Amino acid sequence: MKVPVSYSFRNLWTRRLTTILTASGMALVVFVFAAILMLAEGLQKTLVDTGSYDNVVLIRKGSQSEVQSGIERLQASVIETQPEVAAGAGGRKMLAKEVVVLISLPKRGTEKPSNVIIRGVSEESLAMRPQVKLVEGRMPRPSSSEIIAGESVSRRFTGAGIGETLRFGMRDWTVVGIFDAGSTGFSSEIWGDADQLMQAFRRPVYSSVIFKLRDASGFDAFKARVESDPRLTVEAKRETLFYADQSEMMAKFLRILGMSLTIIFSLGAVIGAMITMYAAVANRTAEIGTLRALGFQRRSILGAFLMEALLLGFIGGAAGLFFASFLQLLTISTLNFQTFSELAFSFTLTVEIVWQALLFSLVMGFVGGVLPALQASQMKIVDALRTS
Amino acid sequence: MRILKLLIRNAFRHKLRTGLTILGITIAILAFGMLRTMVSAWYAGVEASSANRLVIRNAISLVFPLPLAYKDKIRQVGGVTLVSWGNWFGGVYIEEKNFFPNFAVDPRSFLALYPEYIIPDLQRAAFLNDRKGAVAGKKIAEKFGWKVGDTVTLKGTIFPGNWEFTIRGIYRGKDRSVDETQFFFHWDYLNETMRKAFPRRADQAGYYIIGIANPNLAGEVSTTIDGTFKNSLAETLTETEKAFQMSFVSMTEAILVAIQLVSIVIIVIIMAVVANTMAMTARERIGEYAVFKTLGFGGWFIAGLIFGESLVISLTGTAIGIGLTFPVAAAFADYLGTFFPIFFVERETVYMDIAAGTLVGIVAALFPTWRAVRIRIADGLRRIG
Repeated sequence: MKVPVSYSFRNLWTRRLTTILTASGMALVVFVFAAILMLAEGLQKTLVDTGSYDNVVLIRKGSQSEVQSGIERLQASVIETQPEVAAGAGGRKMLAKEVVVLISLPKRGTEKPSNVIIRGVSEESLAMRPQVKLVEGRMPRPSSSEIIAGESVSRRFTGAGIGETLRFGMRDWTVVGIFDAGSTGFSSEIWGDADQLMQAFRRPVYSSVIFKLRDASGFDAFKARVESDPRLTVEAKRETLFYADQSEMMAKFLRILGMSLTIIFSLGAVIGAMITMYAAVANRTAEIGTLRALGFQRRSILGAFLMEALLLGFIGGAAGLFFASFLQLLTISTLNFQTFSELAFSFTLTVEIVWQALLFSLVMGFVGGVLPALQASQMKIVDALRTS
Repeated sequence: MRILKLLIRNAFRHKLRTGLTILGITIAILAFGMLRTMVSAWYAGVEASSANRLVIRNAISLVFPLPLAYKDKIRQVGGVTLVSWGNWFGGVYIEEKNFFPNFAVDPRSFLALYPEYIIPDLQRAAFLNDRKGAVAGKKIAEKFGWKVGDTVTLKGTIFPGNWEFTIRGIYRGKDRSVDETQFFFHWDYLNETMRKAFPRRADQAGYYIIGIANPNLAGEVSTTIDGTFKNSLAETLTETEKAFQMSFVSMTEAILVAIQLVSIVIIVIIMAVVANTMAMTARERIGEYAVFKTLGFGGWFIAGLIFGESLVISLTGTAIGIGLTFPVAAAFADYLGTFFPIFFVERETVYMDIAAGTLVGIVAALFPTWRAVRIRIADGLRRIG
């Protein structure tokens, strides 16, 4: 015969203060656990969305990011003539020669400077990145000192809003449009005309060449040929991998920090649950004796107390998740150590994370409750009834 | 004294529960201490900077260089005693995960500006005389097993190619706030190689560092220098070394804020755990408190008992936690030296640990005390735990 679930539930209700304290400890742990998963998910989503699988990025061999790279005009032209480059509307090659530099801009409000990527683009750049859409204003006119800013940059940096001007390279640049690139790294960039920017920065070389593959499976052959071409000193990567590599260090850092914190926190919460459950058992010795005398088996007692611990964990987990879901409204922007520029990403809650967090809270409840529940089920009827 | 004995006896009446609670506090204080140490490690560069040094860089951003010709103009500015320049080299040793900062520097002026890097005289002379010579910090030299005379090859990321250096010296820091994981070599070696391979990129310094006679002149000197190069192709931004280092910290502020928040959250979690223990303890002993009251002890005495017991538990855990923080921080510094070259427990951290532990003890006792003091004798005696 089983002890009804309502017995466990009512026990928690009777000791409300203790239940609330223990559950809120667990809720905080689940909150942190979920927050870290959401952050890692957000970062990953940002980077996966930034690249397209059939786009190829070429940078100078040995350089780790576009900012460090340099590709001579001659080399860029050699790449342009490769047969793998897809043709777009009007027979134009789907290839963009871009220049990428960092500029230091003050943040709105605090005026503290941070590094922002400014990308000199050519006509095909936009067509190759379907995620990028102009939401306000217009595109810059070719060969003019006009720029467009990513949504996240325009919001956070002084002078990057529509109609405002930025000064660098001895010129004033007018922001004529705002583009939305969803949750991709492009939202943290400013775009302008490549030739104009190269002139302003006195940089006669491109930073990277990006093109769309005619056939997505032709990458390996292309990479092998181009990287052994004596005229070129370049390295080819699929765009997806390129962006994933760029934040490897940050992802690793978040993961190590997050996981060690979660482990430490959960130890604390498990101890809290254990204390509560031991006390629940100790307080109810006589009650357990009565249950046993009524004919409930050891297994049922074990089940009832485990159920109580699991309920405790579940309450904590649900509360933690509830509060963590509000984190989705937040956007984190920080310096990516590898590219040395700002990257904005937000907390992302997925169904998978919800399951993981709930499972985690149940495991915490179980681990905290299993020893006390065993103790309860091992009691001898006579001894248990004798204590008052 | 007798009271203290009573408090300790009381605290350990439930050995298992108290033991678990103390364990929880130990873990929390340990985590709190580690997080705080991580925050101070973040500021290590700021702490190590000197008020006598200014950093000049391109106003657009750090990735743009400044012409080498600027050095003579900067030298003429009043108040400037020394001019040094260098480049962030960003070389990779074998593979990317072996990261350490490496710079091309003008050796003589650099060593004069940074007296905190201590190199034996013989090694110093050998380094100055060898154009391909390099100086490495004690920590990385130990990590990679480099000895004076060894050849080290770095793969250039910003400056293409494989670059060979001979280790001519190993420096150590004047005190433990000095980063011993850096690598310096001759700027001339970089410049001459670039002149051959990429003439466009020769004679460009990544940054200038200048020494000033009087820290109070920093503002004036900065304005003069920036004014000199205004409206030129490479405008400058001059700031104190501290402000320069601070700009890196503020760029990663989001992570820093998160770590600080988390360190507070962990204290709140443990507060809930200890408060729970105290609530249970007080509930079980309501009868005893009623007896105390019957005997004529006042509410203050009972409050003292509960607070005292709570503090005994929380401070025991805090003491163990602080004791563990030191060896754990040392192990952490070995393991994650790449991310945090300077990682040691500051005295302030220990004070904050103690403050946090005391706070936990007090807050945890508040609610149970309120209940125990308020209870009427008759109710207390009637009640069964």
